[in-house]
Amino acid sequence: MSVETAGPSRAARQDAFFQALCFSAAMVLMATLAGLLVALVIGGWPALAHFGPKFFISAAWDPVAEDYGAAGPIVGTLVTAGLAMVMALPLAVGIAVFLVEFCPSVLAKYVSMAVELLAGIPSIVYGMWGLFVLAPWFALHVQLPLFYVVDPDSFWGHLFEGIPNGANIFTAAMILAIMVLPYIATVLRELLLSVPTHVREAAYGMGCTPYEVVSKIMLPYIRRSAIGAVMLGLGRALGETMAVTFIIGNSHEFPRSLFASGSTIASTIANEFAEASSDLHVSALLALGLVLFVITFAALVGARLLIGREKA
Amino acid sequence: MAFNRHLFDRHARRKLVNYGFVGLTMAATAVAVIALLLILWSLVANGLDGIGLHIFTMDQPPPEMPGGLRNAILGSLEMCAIGMVMAVVIGILAGTWLAEYGEGKRLAEVVRFLNDVLLSAPSILIGLFVYEILVRPLHGFSAGAGAVALAFVATPVVTRTTEDILRLQSNQLREAGMAIGAGKSYVIRAIIWRASRPGLVTGALLGFARISGETAPLLFTSLGNPNLSFALTQPMGALPTTIYQFALSAFDDWRALAWVGALLIAITVLAANIIGRALARGSHQS
Repeated sequence: MSVETAGPSRAARQDAFFQALCFSAAMVLMATLAGLLVALVIGGWPALAHFGPKFFISAAWDPVAEDYGAAGPIVGTLVTAGLAMVMALPLAVGIAVFLVEFCPSVLAKYVSMAVELLAGIPSIVYGMWGLFVLAPWFALHVQLPLFYVVDPDSFWGHLFEGIPNGANIFTAAMILAIMVLPYIATVLRELLLSVPTHVREAAYGMGCTPYEVVSKIMLPYIRRSAIGAVMLGLGRALGETMAVTFIIGNSHEFPRSLFASGSTIASTIANEFAEASSDLHVSALLALGLVLFVITFAALVGARLLIGREKA
Repeated sequence: MAFNRHLFDRHARRKLVNYGFVGLTMAATAVAVIALLLILWSLVANGLDGIGLHIFTMDQPPPEMPGGLRNAILGSLEMCAIGMVMAVVIGILAGTWLAEYGEGKRLAEVVRFLNDVLLSAPSILIGLFVYEILVRPLHGFSAGAGAVALAFVATPVVTRTTEDILRLQSNQLREAGMAIGAGKSYVIRAIIWRASRPGLVTGALLGFARISGETAPLLFTSLGNPNLSFALTQPMGALPTTIYQFALSAFDDWRALAWVGALLIAITVLAANIIGRALARGSHQS
């Protein structure tokens, strides 16, 4: 028969050990994010120190001459992600409103499952689909007709300039839009469901049509969090790698038109990192990674602050 | 009369606008559903013909030779399995800390927040990070580094689901355990974890679904390997990296294999998603 001594009992020690174990696991998560930042700063420092501020404004990307400027990929990233949001947001609002207000309950289960599945499809599958299905279709049915119709010297001509192969900034943005659509739609749907029933019903009671209830009562009610949902989607779109790498055409030139091939930060890293031979090249790519980290981190932090925890 | 007529017009206009709006929301939903169907269809149309036993028994071929995807499939399975073990251990423990010990702590708020950020952080950055901490210092691409990168991607998913699931357990369960004299850690392990088992499995499945198609973290960690290899210290093939290499190649039979691989991955990911969510729903209802 064991006698309890003055020290902590076995059970208490076990408790303390288990708690410490759980705590260290949580700290591993924190350390991951901190380590990520530190690794990128250390890795990217030689390039940042070598090129200075010029790194961010120069569009030169020449591994042979060892001259690296990040303006092309940075602008490419912002433009594709921005365009993707412009395309995805109206669709996401439509889907969320349809699911909350108009969808027959028999159908709702299947529609939300389809949206969830869309979120589950791996990035590389989107990339293949974009390259082999969307790009040829787009080249044949959008780019070529526009090529014949639009005067090349007009504003529209410059906007639509590019090799008609479907691999360009615009189609990359289309793929990104489909990819982020489910994330935004799901959050918006949760937000719409969170509008108090009495607010909604008061509006209906006044004789508002569903359109008026949604556009004048419900959407304004969730506006703040909805901006968060958009930023969440933006964060995803900014860092999306494989799908974009497949379809954007991978040119480091500063993007000059909507249908020009370009590159994003993530696609540049994916394309070149494994083959980067010189230290400066590796460092420039890591510095690009740091830029991406800062941009997406800002978007994601903004999103979380605006949405709050429960709905994201 | 004129007044009435004006009212009537307005009523008709509001009704019309409303119908237009309903139509637009339906169209938006249709776009998403059609996109899903188009993608699934092209996978089936391009990938189904190539599926056969040889896919699982032969390694990836040189151009214009017959071959399968055995090395890539087994490599993916090995790295995902190792990554998942790490992710499940760390994720469940971290989620448990957040749900059971983090109550009201400032630090828990921070961890939760950073976990959410990590959840949506670009996976290519995880690849760069693991390259910096494991590949560069050890002077070589390795399957071990790939597994660690996948673990980093899956851990936030498991953590998040674990915390959500544990929070659903009623405090009465915890109090009942305490009342019979069990310590807190024993209550968590023997009662709370057991009661949450379907939810914990869901978390693991969702994490697995997330990493089984991940390409970006593997590009500069496990690199890829055309030969069958199980060694953790050597580069290892994986389905996503092989698909990436084959799809962008100029050889028709490589591209056909890439479609087969994409179909296999999509089936795996979608099945894991569906089973995971079905389990979660089942446990919420009971």
